[in-house]
Amino acid sequence: MRVNVRLFARLRDLAGTGELVQEVSSPATVATVWNSLVANMPELRDYERTMSVAVNADYSRMSAAVHEGDEVAFLPPVSGG
Amino acid sequence: MAVPLVAITSAPLDLQALVNEIAAGASGDGAITSFAGLVRDHNQGRRVSFLEYEAYEPLAVRALTRIIDEARQAWPRVRVGVHHRIGRLEIGDASIIIAAASPHRADAFAACRYAIERVKQIVPIWKHEHFEGGDLWLEGATADPDNDEAREAARRIACA
Repeated sequence: MRVNVRLFARLRDLAGTGELVQEVSSPATVATVWNSLVANMPELRDYERTMSVAVNADYSRMSAAVHEGDEVAFLPPVSGG
Repeated sequence: MAVPLVAITSAPLDLQALVNEIAAGASGDGAITSFAGLVRDHNQGRRVSFLEYEAYEPLAVRALTRIIDEARQAWPRVRVGVHHRIGRLEIGDASIIIAAASPHRADAFAACRYAIERVKQIVPIWKHEHFEGGDLWLEGATADPDNDEAREAARRIACA
């Protein structure tokens, strides 16, 4: 199945894109999506310890289930204000 | 035009408009506090040229709404609004404005301070700092709205 991946800030710079479609086998979790992403882009892996994740624009966890067409976002530590 | 209590916008921020909106819904209250965060010309020894802010907008709006709800739980009679600007900002531009109304000043000050501390903890917005000699993404807190320790830390700062 396919999920829509969103990347922000330095993660977006490292990947060279802020949006991409990732093919993963079902059933999948956020972690499945992340692992297939870093398999292609190992330079992202350092963020695994510090990032947050979101599914369909709601904060989520690496263990959360994802479904066909979901939007999965990987978020570096935030610096707003 | 109605001023929303929560906004992520690339347009310049209007603190007076937000204060007026908060005041309009707070008749009889004794206090309104406001805060504006500005782009500073220096950061950690670097001379800052300008900042670019990026947001995950739908989640940023949700996170700001959550912060307002949290403030109401902590100080039930406060009314809070928060606007955050994104895109390129020059030195001195306001990047965030907050207004809080309450029957008494202590809660209005506390809610205003709480909101900015929580923004820095859980709102998916990032600063790309351009300084003399380079640029870098600033990275602060790992956003986790369910982290009660972070929330309690923000509440303690707000009440200090």
